[in-house]
Amino acid sequence: MKTREQRDLFPGALEMMILRTLKRQPLHGYALAQHIKRTSNDLLQIEEGSLYPALQRLLKEELVRAEWGISSTNRRVRIYKLTAAGAKHLEHEVSRFEKMLEGITRVLAPGES
Amino acid sequence: MMWFQRLFLRRRLYENLSEEIREHLEEKIEELVAGGMSRKEATAAARRAFGNVMLTEEDSRNVWRWLSVEELLADVRYGLRALRHNPMFTAVALLTIAIGIGANTAVFSVVNSVLLKPLNYPNAEQLASLHQIAPGAPGLADFENGLHLSASMYFTYAEHNRAFQSLGVWDTGTASVTGLAEPEQVRTVEVSDGVLQALDVPPAVGRWLSEADQVPRGPQRVMLSYGYWQRRFGRDRSVVGRNITVDARPREVVGVMQKDFRLVDRDFDIMVPLAFDRGNLILAGFGFEGVARMKPGVTITEADADLTRMLPIWMDSWTNGPGTNPHFYETWKITPMIRPLKREVIGNVSDVLWVVMGTIGLVMLVACANVTNLLLVRIEARQQELAVRAALGAGWGRMVRGLLVESVMLGLMGGVLGAAFAYAGVRLLLAIGPANLPRVSEISLDARTLGFTVLLALLSGLLLGLIPALKYAGPRASLALRGGGRAASASRERHRARSILVVGQVAMALVLLVSAGLMIRTFQALRTVDPGFTDAQHLQVMRISIPAALVAEPERVLRIQNEILEKLAATPGVKSAGLVSEMPMEGFDSDWDCIFAQDKIYPDNVMAPLRLYKYISPGFLQTAGTRLVAGREFTWSDVYGLRPVVMISENLAREMWGTPSAALGKQLREFPSMPWHEVIGVIQDVRERGVQEKAPEIVYWPPMMEYLFGRKIADTVRTETFVIRSERAGTEAFLNEVRQAAWSVNSSLPLASVRTMKEVYDKSVARTSFTLVMLGIAGVMALVLGIIGIYGVISYTVSQRKREIGIRLALGAQGQDVVQMVLSQGATMALAGVAIGIGAALGLTPLMRSLLFGVTAQDPETFAAVAALLILVALLACYVPARRATRVDPMVALRYE
Repeated sequence: MKTREQRDLFPGALEMMILRTLKRQPLHGYALAQHIKRTSNDLLQIEEGSLYPALQRLLKEELVRAEWGISSTNRRVRIYKLTAAGAKHLEHEVSRFEKMLEGITRVLAPGES
Repeated sequence: MMWFQRLFLRRRLYENLSEEIREHLEEKIEELVAGGMSRKEATAAARRAFGNVMLTEEDSRNVWRWLSVEELLADVRYGLRALRHNPMFTAVALLTIAIGIGANTAVFSVVNSVLLKPLNYPNAEQLASLHQIAPGAPGLADFENGLHLSASMYFTYAEHNRAFQSLGVWDTGTASVTGLAEPEQVRTVEVSDGVLQALDVPPAVGRWLSEADQVPRGPQRVMLSYGYWQRRFGRDRSVVGRNITVDARPREVVGVMQKDFRLVDRDFDIMVPLAFDRGNLILAGFGFEGVARMKPGVTITEADADLTRMLPIWMDSWTNGPGTNPHFYETWKITPMIRPLKREVIGNVSDVLWVVMGTIGLVMLVACANVTNLLLVRIEARQQELAVRAALGAGWGRMVRGLLVESVMLGLMGGVLGAAFAYAGVRLLLAIGPANLPRVSEISLDARTLGFTVLLALLSGLLLGLIPALKYAGPRASLALRGGGRAASASRERHRARSILVVGQVAMALVLLVSAGLMIRTFQALRTVDPGFTDAQHLQVMRISIPAALVAEPERVLRIQNEILEKLAATPGVKSAGLVSEMPMEGFDSDWDCIFAQDKIYPDNVMAPLRLYKYISPGFLQTAGTRLVAGREFTWSDVYGLRPVVMISENLAREMWGTPSAALGKQLREFPSMPWHEVIGVIQDVRERGVQEKAPEIVYWPPMMEYLFGRKIADTVRTETFVIRSERAGTEAFLNEVRQAAWSVNSSLPLASVRTMKEVYDKSVARTSFTLVMLGIAGVMALVLGIIGIYGVISYTVSQRKREIGIRLALGAQGQDVVQMVLSQGATMALAGVAIGIGAALGLTPLMRSLLFGVTAQDPETFAAVAALLILVALLACYVPARRATRVDPMVALRYE
């Protein structure tokens, strides 16, 4: 049985990707899902629904803000924006992630040690 | 955002969320439709890509929640709904739990108040009873309470000790108070200096008895108990300083003790100073209880050592008179065995209470097993529902919690109801409890008891829910979705948990019934013991005391007693009347001393064994129904003539001279200066200390004699029990006539301890009968619950196996085969339960050994009878569903196939 959150991702990864995407431009949920799917070349098997609990967490932490608006396709949608705190958090998370990735890469790299 | 703001905004948040997700799906669907899919396909595809909508919403909402509490509340709501939808189940389960919890709470409140709570004195843990034993004293070993303290011992201990803050001695008695209303016999305690200081409870009014009040022939002072003050003086504070007439002598009231104050384990009406005459004290006179407050930090062992150190000082400081060797007491091997005062107060009731507590605890387990079984049945019916919930994404942890919450709620509601039952139960317990249960007035439902109830309710709730939760809410729950229960009905494993529970119930019921059976056997054994008197319900007893201040001259006292006896004997319906210093089992302090025989040799250093002394009048034996084994009894001319005669008990005669008849004509005396008394009669053995105790060796003296209590002049026993044999004993009219008869001789004589010997006897076996009743109740409860358990399991299995039975019948099985098949299933469970139960009982019944009499803890007959009873009853319980099974119509059963 799969766990209920972020299937096949490490904790916080989805939030990080959402924040990164929103840094580029404010988006509503569906667009956000499509964007992540597209840019990851479908490599990450993310259920679209899993976006919403993550968004709620970010809202609660006040890393993003949400407002109802009208989308380009003329739908009533809730548009998420990055807050200042969100931007800062993203920076911090990304650098943490890069360090972690570097570490993992070194260990995985063949030949050494 | 503050959390409470969130609470208000939450509804908005959730609405936003739902709308958002709806829009998300719509957008996706539209896009797919635009891409050429049909709307139906697109909807499915969008949902697939999105994942579980409900779950997503719930997870998203959970982000905002104060999770644990809210889910719990939801579970509680859900549980309540489930319980409400099943009123029969809920009622039965609740009642079972409530009765279990109620019974346990009631018994616990008694255990708590009597055994666990500290005594009602400040820093009660420092208080001790100065108990000592004298293993070297011949004959004394039979005396229940070891060796009491003598007055001289008290002075030595009080003046030379290092381990105690204060210590004193006390004694109980009775006195008559006259001049207030009718002459009244009151309960007294006599205390030395140090007793009140040790107990350290301040007076409610006035002051304590002080050292100045302890001067012999000094000011006559007295304290009142709160109860007596309330009863006689209406709590008038001006009573302090007034005189009351106690035993025909005026005494000044100096104070009133606090409400509920008891002297160790005694209730009393008035407290008088002992006022020892120090100059006339000898070593002997071991008649006082000692109570002491140890210095902080002093242990019992240190205090014992301190007393041991002082014994030689005691023997050096006092004497028994010229020509005696004070160090002769070394042969007695007096050994201090100080006990915490609490143990002294509680006495031997703790065995009973713990056994009853354990028993009731077992009943609770049986009750829990029954309710668990009910829950299992019900949950089986709910399996579909659980499976659906699991399929919809309910985590199994959450489902386990849901079931546990439901059963804990059942437990808690049962607890509330149980507390109400307990309130009634305590009343019932006190009504049927041993009349001499210590600390009865302190029994109440206090905070600790209520805490116990809550704990018990929670625990039983958890216990109830655990098995069903683990069994049905586990990861495999989804299996039940297919099949609709058809395939599952035959599975043996499904019934395993329930069968195990039933086996456990039978085992526990066996343990309880065996314990109850052992108590019944004990009671039977007690009934066959000849106590030394006959036809107890027709024996009226009462105590009359003639104080010296009222009638000084000893012979005059005897004449009055004799006259009262004659008046009593002349009362209509009275067969005969007699006098005795105390009837068996009455529990008054008795007199005892050495006895020397003329034809025996007593080396200097060896003292004659100590024997119980009793004083009886002519006619007493016939009245009480005590058999004369040999010789003759006293006559009034023996008594008035101060003839040197004596009677002894059969066991004493056998011990000294081999046979009762050999004892006749032998000569006995108490001490060298006393003339020899001839043994003129031998009396059957009497169970002085209760039916369960061995009959002591007794010397019977006339009620008036020279050298009574060691004094050379003729004296009479002034406090005597009057025994009247009459068919009318115990009736109010009879008692009035008896009172009038006594008062016609002297109107200042109060009658005390007016009872029939039946009451005295019942009180002495009260501990046994109380245990019997409690174990009986517990045993019957367990039996009934066990039967219900077996019946429930068997009938459920039968209803589940209807199709199978139908097929069997269709294939030619006879009704009796089916009955046999069902019965054998029941028998297997019953046999397993009985086997386990016998093992457990063999291990547990030795715990109640101290309560048994005339039967061993492993009595094979009791075990066999109970086992047979249980198996029989179990088979009967199975027979009903078995019969029903044979009536299964194969056609009806098979139609569903």
